[in-house]
Amino acid sequence: MKRKHKRLTFVGIALLLLGTAAALILTAFEDNIVFFYSPTDLIDKNPGPDRRLRLGGLVEENSVDKQGGGQVVFRVTDTAKTVNVRFKGLLPDLFREGQGVVAEGRFIKGVFVADDVLAKHDENYMPPEVAEALKKSGQWQGTEKAKSQ
Amino acid sequence: MIFHKYANPNRFLKLATTIQPWAAGATGLFFVTGLYFALLASPGDYQQGETVRIMYVHVPAAWMAMFCYTAMAMAAAVGLIWKHPVADLAARSTAPIGACFTFLALFTGSLWGKPMWGTWWVWDARLTSVLILFFLYLGYMALANAFDDPARGSKAAAILALVGAVNVPVIKFSVDWWNTLHQPASVVKIGGPAIHSSMLVPLILMALAFKAYYIWVLLIRIRGEINAGKIRALRLRQVHGGPPPIAARPSQGVN
Repeated sequence: MKRKHKRLTFVGIALLLLGTAAALILTAFEDNIVFFYSPTDLIDKNPGPDRRLRLGGLVEENSVDKQGGGQVVFRVTDTAKTVNVRFKGLLPDLFREGQGVVAEGRFIKGVFVADDVLAKHDENYMPPEVAEALKKSGQWQGTEKAKSQ
Repeated sequence: MIFHKYANPNRFLKLATTIQPWAAGATGLFFVTGLYFALLASPGDYQQGETVRIMYVHVPAAWMAMFCYTAMAMAAAVGLIWKHPVADLAARSTAPIGACFTFLALFTGSLWGKPMWGTWWVWDARLTSVLILFFLYLGYMALANAFDDPARGSKAAAILALVGAVNVPVIKFSVDWWNTLHQPASVVKIGGPAIHSSMLVPLILMALAFKAYYIWVLLIRIRGEINAGKIRALRLRQVHGGPPPIAARPSQGVN
């Protein structure tokens, strides 16, 4: 074997091992890498009220109730399960019913008490007229395509 | 193989001289048309309004951040395995360009994130892995220039570049493997792009502009590296060997 072939084999094997190691590490830390839990995860795991975490999903249609004084109550759903969220503060511009949202806070007695709410944008980009036309023709698929399982 | 032919720097420079004006022309052409479509001749988004225009810089910059790293790692591998001198220089020359693209992607993403998500930064898998990419570029540059002998610097940095290459697929698939605040891919995805053609056109034009810019600046940088190598060789000959030709002798006292 020529020296350059030795080097090639060495680099190839090293990369293969490195890739495997990285994959194993990332799989092992999956729980820490996940940015948010879906309502199903949250209800299944039911973490205590002292653990800060993030809840992500879609804001359920007709669930937003602005109670004055900046207090707002809404429901987050992943179409399978739903969690009530209470939040006091400013909501981001993209916060809308049927849109993705990530709330940060604690899960206390079945209610998610958020101290921060971020809007999650989906991967669809289109002009407003196209969105209107899609809605009219019934081809709209905005809300029921929940990303989070 | 073709790349052995261009291991000769002078032969490579001849090729570079032919390509360079075309790359420069393409950069100008694509930037003018791309910016026209991105800023004037495209609609706002149904959700984001005019803020969507940040995407026309952000997304091409992020693509190039990953492309440059892949190119750098491949060039570093060729330099390491086949001892190809121009490949080493290509890897070295790509690093600062890629670092700038990465910074641009992080910066514009932050500007977009504040009005849309409601935050400048979150530690989700996509954003964090791109930040790591930025640090890998910086580490590569620091390591490549940390040795008196540039060949040793290239070798050490090449190993870092190859180790860091693991990060590239992690960036690409981070939005599919984990829950992230960052949205999943819109253009390169199964089932075709989820982006309307009136927005896809400026995006593609801007992506081509960024790519042509990369080729253009890369050729200029490699030329600079080759010339720097020649100067270094002349200096070494002056110190260790006989006197250099009169024309190439630098003035005394200036080092």
